[in-house]
Amino acid sequence: MTARRRWRFGDVTLQGIAGLAAVGLAALMVLLVYEVVDQAHASLSEFGLGFLTSSVWNTVHDEYGAADLIFGTLVTAGVALLIAVPIAIAIGLFLSELAPRALRTPVGTMVELLAAIPSVVLGLWGILVLGPFLNEHIEPFMIAHLGFIPFLDGFASPVGLLPACLILTLMVVPIVAAISRELFSSVPGDLKQGAMALGATRWEMVRGVAIPQVSGGLVAAVMLGFGRAVGEAIAVAQVIGGSLTRPENIYAPADTMASRLAAQYVGTATSLQKSSLAYLAVILLVISLLTNVAAQVIVRRIQRRMGHR
Amino acid sequence: MSAQTNPLVGHGGRARRRKLTGQVMEALATAAAVLAAVVLAIVLVTLTKRALPAINVDLFTQNAAPFGQTGGGIKNAIVGTVIITGIATAIALPAGVLLAIFNTEFAPRRLADLIGLTLNVLSGVPTIVIGVFIFGLVVVGRGQSAYAGALGLSIVMLPLVARATEEVLRLVPSHLREGGMALGATRARTVITVILPTAIGGIVTATIVAVARAAGETAPLLFTTSIFVGTTVNTDPSQAMASIPMVIFTSSEQPDPHAQQQAWAAALVLVVIVLAGSIAGRLLSLRTRRQIEQVR
Repeated sequence: MTARRRWRFGDVTLQGIAGLAAVGLAALMVLLVYEVVDQAHASLSEFGLGFLTSSVWNTVHDEYGAADLIFGTLVTAGVALLIAVPIAIAIGLFLSELAPRALRTPVGTMVELLAAIPSVVLGLWGILVLGPFLNEHIEPFMIAHLGFIPFLDGFASPVGLLPACLILTLMVVPIVAAISRELFSSVPGDLKQGAMALGATRWEMVRGVAIPQVSGGLVAAVMLGFGRAVGEAIAVAQVIGGSLTRPENIYAPADTMASRLAAQYVGTATSLQKSSLAYLAVILLVISLLTNVAAQVIVRRIQRRMGHR
Repeated sequence: MSAQTNPLVGHGGRARRRKLTGQVMEALATAAAVLAAVVLAIVLVTLTKRALPAINVDLFTQNAAPFGQTGGGIKNAIVGTVIITGIATAIALPAGVLLAIFNTEFAPRRLADLIGLTLNVLSGVPTIVIGVFIFGLVVVGRGQSAYAGALGLSIVMLPLVARATEEVLRLVPSHLREGGMALGATRARTVITVILPTAIGGIVTATIVAVARAAGETAPLLFTTSIFVGTTVNTDPSQAMASIPMVIFTSSEQPDPHAQQQAWAAALVLVVIVLAGSIAGRLLSLRTRRQIEQVR
């Protein structure tokens, strides 16, 4: 009797504690947003939305604007996605459609291991191996042969936008590849077999049936990759060179919002500088919330259509 | 049906072109996978090659050398990473498991969906922003500490533990749950004596993967436990502590070749820890799935 009562009491207790964890999660989310916005308050009221379009970052005059950093962030993330997305989707296709069974697990594991390498290690490799290599071999070649294209002419540099783009590419590929692999595997087998039975080649089946089926999911994967690239601070800070001016070409040192935060947040000269750095954190937070929520809305819509849940 | 819309009728040059396009595309997809493997190999090989000369007993038994001196090791950073990650796990593991239990056993589906969405959003928050958050919440006024760093890492770990645990709990066959209820056990008793023991393998796996991820994180530590860490082992979590990722980050930006050498060695140690954790997690999760399927 007492035992049973104890367990009924336990029922309520467990539900209560577990519920508390859920409430705690909600509180954490709210507190996170509140705390970061609160730190940015001084800068928000001083510069307002003009912060986004001003490119001054001057600790002496205590004036701050994020335009150059937004530029650097969009260029690095954009170029990284441009390179990473086709490669990642191709890897997803290889793993779900082409690879012999025996190869799927090892190759899939390798892609996952690439994602597991800590960003600080990729950054170390970027600054001591990739950067010097680009500086000596790739950038002079690009300047000589592609220099007629605006933004691709200039002087080679071991630190700058280009190594940052490539390191971010390495980080984005595994994310997009893993999602596209899952997406392609979720395409119903009878659709694929139907296309093949009509005489389509494997590529025609992929282009005509598989990709249209999962295009929404691919968009979601790209958004998640974008969120990841925009928010990466450590590896970018190591390789981008931390320049205070807008880069004139893709080889030049530059800076991103996340990397500026990593470089300056500890040891700021004024409280307005710290607040402006927190403003950068607010922008990053907004971007990450938007991309993640949008990606999930898309994924849920697909799941519903495919009859899951 | 015209030949245009019926691929079966296509032959000669057109059929050959279609076949060729297919082969080219398949070759490109294969090349992409090979490229990823090659890049991973290049990173790991250069890392090992540069780190090996600095891998010796001193690395694990000596503390960091004072600024400008050669020699020394990363003992204090290894101890720091173990302690900080340990505290982070002590926070994130119970919270994550409770969240998963709430989601699978108690929450109505809409609420469970909302919590799942929140966890995904939390896992998408840039880790540097988590650093800013913890700095404002804990470090301002109190100073840096290993506790603050661990709190930051626990936020990184929480979604990983919660999502993975939830997945395993959902794998536990419903007849076990119903069996417990049919015997007159309450929900709590069923959860604690039947469901958690069945899912324990999966929870351990989730924890290993989350620990591996957290051990390599730098951004949450940068503002919370990075300054005045000194060159001796510190085991008091209320003070700032050295950590392996911070050693790599600060040394990588120095022109001093000895510092760079230490950074490579520390990076190899970190990668071995992280990759071992990821691989162990993968193997374990396959085993857990098989075990649960046997219960089915």
